[in-house]
Amino acid sequence: MSVFALFQRDLRLAFRIGGGGLMAGAFFIMAVTLIPIGAGGSPEVLTRIAGGVLWVSALLACLLSLDRLFQADFEDGSLDHIMLAPAPLEMSVLAKAAAHWVTTGAPLIIVAPLLAITLNLAPGAYVALMASLLIGTPALSLIGAIGAALTVGVRRGGLLLSLLVMPLYLPTMVLGARAIERASIDLDYLSPLALQGAVTLAALAITPFAAAAALRVNMR
Amino acid sequence: MILAADPIEVERGGRLALSAPGFEVAAGQAGVLRGPNGAGKSTLLRALAGLLPISAGDARLDGVSIHADREEFASHIAYAGHLDAVKPALSVRENLASWAALYETPLSGVDHALAAFDLTSIADTASAYCSAGQKRRLGLSRLLVTDRPVWLLDEPTVSLDAASVTLFAEAVSAHCDQGGIALAATHIEIGLPDGPRIDVAPPSEVAADENDPFLTGAWT
Repeated sequence: MSVFALFQRDLRLAFRIGGGGLMAGAFFIMAVTLIPIGAGGSPEVLTRIAGGVLWVSALLACLLSLDRLFQADFEDGSLDHIMLAPAPLEMSVLAKAAAHWVTTGAPLIIVAPLLAITLNLAPGAYVALMASLLIGTPALSLIGAIGAALTVGVRRGGLLLSLLVMPLYLPTMVLGARAIERASIDLDYLSPLALQGAVTLAALAITPFAAAAALRVNMR
Repeated sequence: MILAADPIEVERGGRLALSAPGFEVAAGQAGVLRGPNGAGKSTLLRALAGLLPISAGDARLDGVSIHADREEFASHIAYAGHLDAVKPALSVRENLASWAALYETPLSGVDHALAAFDLTSIADTASAYCSAGQKRRLGLSRLLVTDRPVWLLDEPTVSLDAASVTLFAEAVSAHCDQGGIALAATHIEIGLPDGPRIDVAPPSEVAADENDPFLTGAWT
């Protein structure tokens, strides 16, 4: 199927260039390591800020690779042919966002528990950490796809993309950090997770249409 | 199959970018677009591929209007533009195979396309090591892989050597012999099959409005 072929192609390209998930994962590790060093602080302080640190770092790691999501295909002309392919552009956008999540979002979920140890995360919060990343990171790729589509024709649009997208990441990040914080003091953390899931589902519903419309405008 | 177009106008950024005459290309014919640089030949081809909106005039493929059903119209089109849409990280064969998958055509077409453009010997070379001419041949061989009846060709012979131009002309002839249609913007005679010659003139300047005191020189 055409859409699945695009997903596969993007995965293969990501793993050939820059080692796929390795780059975003390495950035995530560096950022999470640097913040406690810079902020100093006792183990108790680290425990309190662990959730926020992990989520802010995950968000930055995701932003790092977003600007190439459509731009690489735009610059070499592939986007023209993707638009002519039998799959609707909306589905192609979704396939590319999914490939982006597999190569950047998913690796973060795997390394996050290891990094949480260095941040002295409360033992009860690990499930909340994994769950919030699993539920929240797809929203980062989806919302990011809209920003990437809007800035596809802009030279060095990475910074503009970050400015556009970061405010939209706020709900996902706040709810994720809140879930981890509540879990670490043994409070119920299901409600922030449910709200985070709602944000992801809303992004899933809006992104294909918004990003495809932005791409069509930018191709003119 | 017949490609029929009314006189077509395309506006870009509020300015008239193209004012093309009407034409008809029947199955088995190769139309040639001629005109000076900036006349809008590329714009016309992109508009016919559905990548640019047409502001006035209509194009029909077997009676299907581009305005009425853009998806259906575009599903018959294969486009080869200035950019080759070659991914340097993939080998020559992988590039074509990924397009075959995206266009949902059988993989067996890939070997045929490689042979037709004399790429078999470098099929497993990374595209990053290909010369400009080899990349152009790879870009053109996608036309065969996509298996679509209407080929829109924008300066297809740029950076091709004499032998490759002959190979390309043979591929177009074979395509037309099977009932295909080609429409090429080109400055040189490359031995394409017979077809209409369409002269595209640069869009004229805005005519001076008699009632406009500035344009008629009342201020002098």
